[in-house]
Amino acid sequence: MKEESGVRNEREFPSGKSGQGVGARLPRKEDDRLMRGRGQYVADIRLAGLQDVAFVRSPMAHARIRGIHVRERYRDRVFTAADLVGIKPIRAVSGLPGFKISEQPVLAAGKVRQVGELVAMCVAPTRAEAEDIAASVTLDLEELPAIYDMLKAREPGSALVHEHWGDNIFLETNYEVDISAALDAPIKVTREISTARQCMSPLEGRGVVAAFDARLDQLTLHSAAQMPHITRSGLAECLGMEEGQIRVISPDVGGGFGHKGILLPEEVCLSWLTMQRGHPVRWTEDRREHLVASSNCREHHYKITVYADRDGTLRGIDCEATVDSGAYSSYPFSACLEAAQVASILPGPYQMPTYRCRTFSVATNKCPILPYRGVARTGVCFALELMLDLVAAEAGLEPGEVRLRNLVLPEQMPFDNITRKHFDSGDYPEAMRRALAQIDINAIRGRQREGEADGRHIGVGVSIYCEQAAHGTSVYSGWGIPMVPGHEQASARLTPDGGLELRVGVHSHGQGMETTLAQVAHEILGVDVAKIRIILGDTAMTPYSTGTWGSRSMVMAGGAVATACRELGERARRIGAKLLQHDPASVVLQNGEVRGVNGSVSLKAIAHTWYRRPQDLPVDVDPGGLEVTQGYKPVRDSGTFSYAAHAAVVAVDPDVGEVEILDYVIVEDGGVLVNPLVVDGQIYGGLAQGIGTALYEEMPFDASGQPLATTLADYLLPGATEVPAARLDHMETPSPYTQFGVKGIGEGGAIAPPAAIANAVNDALRPLGVELMQSPITPHRVVAAVLAARAAERSAA
Amino acid sequence: MKPAPFAYERPRDLNAALSMLAASSGSAKIIAGGQSLGPMLNLRLVQPELVVDISGLAELKRAELSGGELVLGALVTHADIEDGRTADVTRGAMRTVAANIAYRAVRNRGTIGGSLSHADPAADWISALAALGARVTLRSLSGARTMPVEAFVVGALESALHAGEIVEAIHVPARAASAHWGYAKSCRKTGEFAHAIGVALVDPAAASARIVIGAIDTAPIVVTDAAELFGGRIAADYKERFDIRVADALLVKAGVDDPAQRHIHLSVLKRAVQEAAA
Repeated sequence: MKEESGVRNEREFPSGKSGQGVGARLPRKEDDRLMRGRGQYVADIRLAGLQDVAFVRSPMAHARIRGIHVRERYRDRVFTAADLVGIKPIRAVSGLPGFKISEQPVLAAGKVRQVGELVAMCVAPTRAEAEDIAASVTLDLEELPAIYDMLKAREPGSALVHEHWGDNIFLETNYEVDISAALDAPIKVTREISTARQCMSPLEGRGVVAAFDARLDQLTLHSAAQMPHITRSGLAECLGMEEGQIRVISPDVGGGFGHKGILLPEEVCLSWLTMQRGHPVRWTEDRREHLVASSNCREHHYKITVYADRDGTLRGIDCEATVDSGAYSSYPFSACLEAAQVASILPGPYQMPTYRCRTFSVATNKCPILPYRGVARTGVCFALELMLDLVAAEAGLEPGEVRLRNLVLPEQMPFDNITRKHFDSGDYPEAMRRALAQIDINAIRGRQREGEADGRHIGVGVSIYCEQAAHGTSVYSGWGIPMVPGHEQASARLTPDGGLELRVGVHSHGQGMETTLAQVAHEILGVDVAKIRIILGDTAMTPYSTGTWGSRSMVMAGGAVATACRELGERARRIGAKLLQHDPASVVLQNGEVRGVNGSVSLKAIAHTWYRRPQDLPVDVDPGGLEVTQGYKPVRDSGTFSYAAHAAVVAVDPDVGEVEILDYVIVEDGGVLVNPLVVDGQIYGGLAQGIGTALYEEMPFDASGQPLATTLADYLLPGATEVPAARLDHMETPSPYTQFGVKGIGEGGAIAPPAAIANAVNDALRPLGVELMQSPITPHRVVAAVLAARAAERSAA
Repeated sequence: MKPAPFAYERPRDLNAALSMLAASSGSAKIIAGGQSLGPMLNLRLVQPELVVDISGLAELKRAELSGGELVLGALVTHADIEDGRTADVTRGAMRTVAANIAYRAVRNRGTIGGSLSHADPAADWISALAALGARVTLRSLSGARTMPVEAFVVGALESALHAGEIVEAIHVPARAASAHWGYAKSCRKTGEFAHAIGVALVDPAAASARIVIGAIDTAPIVVTDAAELFGGRIAADYKERFDIRVADALLVKAGVDDPAQRHIHLSVLKRAVQEAAA
């Protein structure tokens, strides 16, 4: 489908002839394994003596535990909080002033605060038997009023998730740049906008296999995790162990999206259990556990006013944002990252003279909220872009015009916006202009005037966002959460046969890093990509890293690999010069060889000599060797800013409420692309998830706090037939701060689609007086809005 | 997500199966394609003591024409019908319905008898077969009885099956050459259960019509003599005469309180009527 689009910008391979370096559209190396079903995931691990764990989970959203009754014959197979002596609760604090701390016991103690909260752990030779034991455990629970509506939870007198807090607010923040100057703007639009609670739904759920090695005095935790080193730190804190006593291995991981970024109570429980019982134990998250119990995302509410001049120029935004953080603060991102981030990123790529945003991270009796691909940006983009369409309608302008009037301009780069976000580079208006041209906005307008033969309504919508990625120490130190990224490290080792091993602490769970990091190394050293192995996902084998999150891996680990390879190349060059009997200043490393005026020597030969024939080395050779670990930070660590303009055309049936996406265009600028094929994959995958947010995915709750979508029959995910053949166009504005000018792009695809699609639906239904301000846009919501508009029209007539 | 322990039998003939069911005194579940029962077992929504796997019963796999009607054994799969491996007396109506049930993987294993027995209101066959005027034969050790599909489906996931009884066959009457068929459904996404189904079998020549509104929270609304939906008279101009208010009243009566839901059902039914063709 990419080939059909005709809007691609292929770039030349900067590394020239080899076609393997930065910019090469290489198929993913790892796919040979993954696409043949030879991946090795946590649930594939078999250890001698392994037993399975099933959990007894709370059936109630909020209750006091009066008793847990275990049958006599299962006494040695069932464990509760009372057994976990010395195990600390999960504590994810934030240093932001006023943050209230929640303690999440790994097995519930005293109270349960969400459906699905772990109450007891049952172990048996098979999962089915463990589930039988779990089913035999009876709970004596005293039901308490469930707090399931975050807006009601903010009201005084609400029942309390954590009684000693006195309210349900994890954190309230305020940010203001004197909004008073905007209040007399001729256009003032106020709305409430919300996004549904979602489940991230990676193909592979979470999973844990824990084992203890008495010889090494070491716990090995295999876990489907994005951030193994952070998991290890969190485990050590909860278990009271030294970090060196714990090894976390994260094998192949089938999608992360943030869901695999947190420390799980299950990880702590199984770690304790294997040490208690002396045999390996396994827990594999099933789909119902994933949907109901572990973590959700995206649930935002905005009360927002946008002020503008008649020509669409923004005068200011005033917003109150509420995020349903669930019952507990999750480790390491905390319960407030999402809401507090809203305040700093709501202005997006737009200029405005005034701005105010209050945010509330609210505790409810639901599972914790986690940052999902795009984090708060998807909700923020949805809120702001829907509002800009209303401004356009008020001003009588094309929605695209309003964007172009307010977007930051290329000549302003680098640009510090109203919340002091530092935009590194880019041409945002150009992305929007291209998207409008490629979706052919004028043709759509013409088609709308003619109407559709089938009675459906056609609409077009646009949205644009910026994705701050790979933001580092200077940004995260202010959050005061358990994790602050510093220098990223990579190790590079030339093997005796001239191959290259790279060790990185980030992880790859669909990002294709076994290919792209090899391309970076190839760019520097010229080693054939086929001979480069990427080692990741194991705390014992990789340098420390905060892991893969925030679209940081290519910027940070890519930069670290480049830095390590440069140093390695320099050492090889010096050895090569000795072997060539040249002055080191006169030789260069090029295409995998050290070359001088009189000849050349390959890296392979240099490696062979260093390791296998050291007798051939001169006595004054540099003793550093061919194994290098280097740390890296971009020149500025405030983050790279990638961005994209999305445009969607939809057809809406106002009577049945069905929405069909007829056309979809993405004009994306991710800086220099290490592998455009991989980037395309990232964008398509993100788009699918964005379509899920826009049209399908929702975890509803009833008044007792029961999650209602407990299987995939009720929790709808877009499938292949729901994702259109989107047309992609790449712009490439290098970041001035990173190696090669790369930018992080992992999340962007999931940010803009809900806004573009909702704007298109609203554009289609505007003649009917319909306005949808809530995701997902379901057939029922469409029809209910159409009926309400018709009723309003009748009563007005 | 593993089932509670159960015993498993795979009988070789129908009588053996019926004996097992009779002996189990109601604590057995029949499994055929397993497309609904499988997940329900894994979710422990059902915890039978015995699962009787009838997939080996050759006599339930037959499909034959008999006296102008088609008799489909309960084990005929959706894919058998979709692919035309069974005869057809509905002039393609059943084939099209079959082709749009869930996903191909489900159609390969899912059976027509299983779908009826499960009586999920959102499933296709309980609505489509009711519209076609099909009957279902139930057999137990004590004998057989036959009833219209609309009488068989009693409510959501509730059928007229007694303990010890099994759906043996479905009898589909031939669709007259003059009968128009329209089948419409709305699904949130491809392959998902419908949230609205509308079916129309209108024979202007015979001045008869059957209308079904399916995928409501209970058994489908089946109007076997649907003249009232067409201003009291079925004729060539039935599409113009279709009276949505009568259908709306039926939905209200069936307890569909939500106006938007009713509107979707009515729009889908209207689509079925408007698209009905000979």
